[in-house]
Formats: sequence, structure tokens, C-alpha cells
Amino acid sequence: MNIVVCVKYVPDATADRRFESDNTVDRVGVDGLLSELDEYAVEQALQIKEKAGDETTVTVLTVGPEKAVDAVRKALQMGADQGVHVVDEAIAGSDAVATSLVLAKAVEKAGAESPVDLVVCGMASTDGAMSVVPAMLAERLDLPQVTFASVIETQGDQVRIKRDGDTATEVIGGTMPLVLSVTDQTGEARYPSFKGIMAAKKKPLQTWSLAELGVEADQVGLSVAWSVVEETSARPPRTAGEIVTDEDGSGAKALTEFLAAKKFI
Amino acid sequence: MSEILVLVDHVDGAVRKPTYELLTIARRLGEPSAVFLGSADAAAQVVEKVKGYGAEKVYVVDDAQIRGYLVAPKAEALQQLVEKAAPAAVLISSSYEGKEIAGRLAIKIGSGLITDAVDVQAGDGGPVTTQSVFAGNYTVTARVTKGTPIITVKPNAATPEAAAGAGAVEEFAAEISEAAKKAQIVAAQPRQATGRPELTEAAIVVSGGRGTGGDFEPIEGLADALGAAVGASRAAVDSGWMPHSFQVGQTGKTVSPQLYVANGISGAIQHRAGMQTSKTIVAVNKDDEAPIFELVDLGVVGDLHKVLPAATEQINQRKG
Repeated sequence: MNIVVCVKYVPDATADRRFESDNTVDRVGVDGLLSELDEYAVEQALQIKEKAGDETTVTVLTVGPEKAVDAVRKALQMGADQGVHVVDEAIAGSDAVATSLVLAKAVEKAGAESPVDLVVCGMASTDGAMSVVPAMLAERLDLPQVTFASVIETQGDQVRIKRDGDTATEVIGGTMPLVLSVTDQTGEARYPSFKGIMAAKKKPLQTWSLAELGVEADQVGLSVAWSVVEETSARPPRTAGEIVTDEDGSGAKALTEFLAAKKFI
Repeated sequence: MSEILVLVDHVDGAVRKPTYELLTIARRLGEPSAVFLGSADAAAQVVEKVKGYGAEKVYVVDDAQIRGYLVAPKAEALQQLVEKAAPAAVLISSSYEGKEIAGRLAIKIGSGLITDAVDVQAGDGGPVTTQSVFAGNYTVTARVTKGTPIITVKPNAATPEAAAGAGAVEEFAAEISEAAKKAQIVAAQPRQATGRPELTEAAIVVSGGRGTGGDFEPIEGLADALGAAVGASRAAVDSGWMPHSFQVGQTGKTVSPQLYVANGISGAIQHRAGMQTSKTIVAVNKDDEAPIFELVDLGVVGDLHKVLPAATEQINQRKG
């Protein structure tokens, strides 16, 4: 089986995330890392590989600036077999539409010799958090999508997932090839072991440019984005609220009076 | 005035509240046309409902052929409708399914997409959206620059305003490809009704976290006294105390109610991402250094197992 996991290098959510003057996310001046939500995708891909046996290859793919290679390295340390980093200056500022184009072309190239059976994604990035790239990727690759999985079962080319849908808990079935996205409900992602970290250094890691994917520079980037951010503003800090320490029921009283004063009762 | 397509958010023909919010927003942008993808049997009741919120037209797409499949056929149907109606924008609710339909539709029709808008207003160059990003720390205004703007809108982005619309019904027969029918819903278990408002739609949300120790009775008691929905932090969900559908945060639901009451929740960034835009925030926590207190309008340092039952009793007395 040929599995490709798409991962994103994102600004650390616990750092002071911000925008550049052109209203794109600052991806260079803020510490970045493999998006936490993509670790679950890597984990599930590895579990599927472990179940399927040794004929399975897990390729981890990212699109992003120079530093984004760190996200690929982390996934290799976790156990992925090989890495692909698509990097090109023209990509900076790309929206989800353009990103999905680059990913789709890269998945196609990764499957040039042996077709890709499964594309695994996280449920959302922790920065843009749109949750649309898996669907867009499926659309571009003309594949079915089986998304937001909380439990995954595979048998041969059959995939069955459970997911907490918007209004129901659903079981979804599909036949490979398909695009799968997984949530954090699938279970903790493994930490790279010392052995894994050492082994990762010897794993193949390719760097692809847009030209190698057959994508023109004017198909991606900020200037051709199909949507544009006009303004960003930091949320004004909340004015410090009142803090009451509960003593002999004073907390409940303060709470009730506050709710009454605000007309919530 | 140009048409604005609004995809009706419904469960088996029962229209969900975000639909009315979308129709209200659509009226700012043009003439709302509701799109109902569902059972033809339910069409009449849906038309009655959406008409009351200003739908001038209702496209009814019988889903008999596509029921039981994931989003791809719905995106195909919408694509064909967009080609026919040439609307000025397409509005969809920001649910899992809504966003995925929007994502596929954007690629199909070559149009820009904005997700999770918390406000949409008419602008010179098309609809201008407001989004809340980076765990609610930034506000962003944006607009689509290519094609037909596709915008997914969060629940509670607008207050539904009733308005009479013509509600002219137009049947639309979409042609669905076999390729779109490859991911199948094998089984669906509708969420059990709790008798409380739905989490993402509720005006008040009362949540519990690790500090509950697994006992949600005080949370539910206060929620019922306030007519609120119940939420949970990831810690409470991971501990198996509450189902995942109750989770508020980055990987759960994002809520933006008038009042959010966080109990026994420390306030990690992942939780804040799901509730920081709430209008009024109250927290009860034993730890006076819990980061949640940085966000609050009122914070009570104390044991939720004492504070909440006492407050619930007082509230019930006041309501008399």
C-alpha cells in the first residue's frame, strides 16, 4: 500500500502568533512545528502500515517555507518511511485553494510509480483551521473523502470510519483510493524514540519545486489568491474582570447577583 | 437584486436555526434563494419555514438518489445550481459537512472560499466577512476576489430576523456522477436529544472540565436553571466523562454565546480557541492562578461542587 500523509508546519499555538504587513501569517518570525493535529494523521498512517505489513510505504508530504522541513523530520522520526518537502518562493501567501493544488500535484508525483492508495490528513491546521484542504484535495484528485474519523478500520482496500458528525454519529465506508482525515479522538500520537530519531537521519527526504510538479508560479501565492484578507486586528484585551474568592457561600451569591445584573436570569 | 444562494441546514427536513441566520445575512447581500437538498416529502414544510425568513425562491433538489452518500454529490448539485442561477454569493453553515461541501464547490466552480465567518456585510467589491482567528486573538476582515463568493458562516453570526418572502418553489433535478457516490454513510445514530439547546446555537453555555472530577450534576443543574447548553473541556471528554459531541475547543465545537460559564476548566489555548469570543465569560475554579481567569468578566475562586449547587438554588428561587 502506498500512503501519503499531508502535514503542515504551523506557528506554535502557544507562541505569540501574528500577521505580516501583507496580512499573511508570520511563518518565519514565530517558532513553528508540525501541527499537533497532523500528528494524529501520521500516527494513524503508521498504524495502518503496521497492520497491513511491510509492503506499505508511508510518505510524509508538506508544502511550506524552508523551515517547514522540520515538520517532515518530526514525522520521519515518528516512523514515516520517506519525506517530501515542496518548497518554492512563489508559494508564500497561498490560500487553501492554491495549497490544495500543490498538494494534489505532489500526491500525483508521489504516486507516479505505484499509485497512492490513501491520502491521510489531519482534521484541520492549528493556524488557518479551515478544515477544507482534505475536501479540496479529494476534489482535485477526483477521489472520495472519508473525513473527521474518530475510529478507523481498514481491511484490504476497504476503509470504515466512525465519526461524530454534526447531528449524528456516523459510520462511513469507502474503497481505496481515497482521502482520509482524522481527528484527535483517534488516540495519542507516538513520541519519536531515540532509535526513531537516529533512523530518521538516513531516511530519504526529497525537495520538490513547483516546476517539478508542473505547477506554474502564477497559479499560487498571495497575488492570485481567490480571497484576500483586507485587515487584521488584534482582539483588544479583555478588561480585567472581578475575581471573588468563595467564603461561606459568597461565591454563589456573587455569581447569582452577577447573572441577575446582566439579565441572564 | 441578485440572488444569494443559502444552503438549508436541516436534519431530515427539520430546518436548523443557522439556516435562518444565513437567510438574514443573505438579505443584506441580495435576494435570498434557499436551496433544499432533501426528501421531496419534506419540501413543503421547509418552504413554509424559510419563507418566513425572507426566502424569495426555494430550489428543491430531491435527494432520493444521493441520500446516504457523503458531501460530494451535494457539491455537484450545488455546482449545477450555481451555473444555472448565477448567484452573487453562496452561503453555507460552518458545520463539518457545510465546510466540506464548500471546499469541493470552490474547486468545482473556480471560486474563492471563506470559512467560519462570524459576520458578513455587503461591500463595494462583494460581501465582506469577519473572522475570528488564532484562538480568537485576532479579528480578520476578508473578501473573495475570484468567482462567486462562497462563505461558510458560524452559528450565532446573526440574529434571525423574520421577514416575509415569496418562497416560489422551483424543482431542480441535479445530475449526479457515479464518482461522487463513492463514500457511503453505512450507519447513522442521531444524537440523543438532551432537552437542552444545541451547543453551538445556545445563548448560554455552562461547561465543565477536569475540576468536576467526573461529576457533571452541578454543571447540568446550573445549565437547566439558566436554560443553557452543557459543554465540556477536552480533559473531561478524554476522561470519558462526557461524549465528544459536548467538547468545546479547537478540536470540538466553537461557541460564541452571550454567556459562557467555565467550571473547573483551566483555560488552555485549545479550550480558549473554542470559547474566547463569547460575549460574557464567567469562571469557577479552585485554582486562583488558572489562565481562564484572564478572560473573565466574573471569576469565582472556589469549589464548583459548592458554588454551583448554591447558585443554582438561588437562581431557581429568583425565578420563583
